[in-house]
Amino acid sequence: MNRLKLATVWLGGCSGCHMSLLDLDEWLIDLAAHVELVYSPIADQKTFPEGVDLALVEGAIANEEHLELIQDVRERSRMVIALGDCAVTGNVTALRNPLGEARSILQQVYIEHGDPRGILPSTPGIVPILLDQVVPIHMIIPVDLFLAGCPPSGPRIRAVLEALLAGTPPELAGGFG
Amino acid sequence: MAARTLTINGTLISARSNETVLEAAREAGISIPTLCHLDGLSEVGACRLCLVEIAGSAKLQPACHTTVTEGMEVQTDTPRLKAHRRAIVELLFAERNHICAVCVASGHCELQQLAVEVGMSHVRYEYLSPDCSVDISHARFGIDHNRCVLCTRCVRACDEVEGVHTWDIAGRGTNARLITDLNVPWGEATSCTSCGKCLLACPTGAIFSRGSTVAELERDASRIATIVAARNERW
Repeated sequence: MNRLKLATVWLGGCSGCHMSLLDLDEWLIDLAAHVELVYSPIADQKTFPEGVDLALVEGAIANEEHLELIQDVRERSRMVIALGDCAVTGNVTALRNPLGEARSILQQVYIEHGDPRGILPSTPGIVPILLDQVVPIHMIIPVDLFLAGCPPSGPRIRAVLEALLAGTPPELAGGFG
Repeated sequence: MAARTLTINGTLISARSNETVLEAAREAGISIPTLCHLDGLSEVGACRLCLVEIAGSAKLQPACHTTVTEGMEVQTDTPRLKAHRRAIVELLFAERNHICAVCVASGHCELQQLAVEVGMSHVRYEYLSPDCSVDISHARFGIDHNRCVLCTRCVRACDEVEGVHTWDIAGRGTNARLITDLNVPWGEATSCTSCGKCLLACPTGAIFSRGSTVAELERDASRIATIVAARNERW
């Protein structure tokens, strides 16, 4: 049987959306009969593969690594779903936006409020550089479906995946928070 | 009171001559989304969510502020109106920092509910992410400007029902902000009677009772209408 190639991606988020996915418990075994998990924080795969059918993306675009990865996700996936409020709206990850650009945020967090007083992190090539503003993923790439919620509940994720596997359009509007 | 006969979405209904299209629609069981409207308060027609199409008029009219006329033909749910309503709700979300996940009103918020009603899957506009303050100088209540939609329900509840007018709006456009008295911290606003009607009237998590945390703020905005009815009818 030709199983659907499923990828899950973790950008600027708390991993709560992935926890919600794992909350589907034994249904994940049923899901495994229909999909092949080709990329995920819970799979040992370093680069985003070609020919993905469905990519679930958790988290907002907050740093340069996210910006690069989301381009690969779009180019190599037939369908991209924004999973959860950070991916859909920026949400908690974007709470820093009103505080100014990245340098100012780092200054406030590591120097002004650091206890003991810290230093600005600088590890080129290891820790990705923060973007000045956190944005939802649809501001960078076209997104096919938006599944809001912080996190979206397991049953909501399941309903969407079941609808997609059955080839019917899922119900998605609203559900923020 | 004379009666008027009109159609809403093709259905023939009758209404009293001084009723608004919104009142007539609701009595006929036709739902029109609203945000700045609150039963018991005057109408300002500010949020534009209740805009309807009226045959013979090129302009859209706010149902809350339009009186019924004989033979009026009203449409409340056309694709054009739906598109406008969704855009309005998206713009409200884009203008301030409405982070439902960390909001006191989550699950009991009219804006959050409107997003579901108008089918807002995401916000197509750039978020402004303004730097907004939170004022907790009052002993019992707080105001979080991140969540304010400038509906002025608190302003009208304070002015018209409590008879005080502690609240008003200063500034214009995206710089408009709710203020207490002559723009002093709420705790120093000597006109405030701490009655809490602004809290009841607020549709979002902007005005909250101190001590409430995420999703804990439940209020019954219909109590404003109950107070007004009790006074008018001398209960």
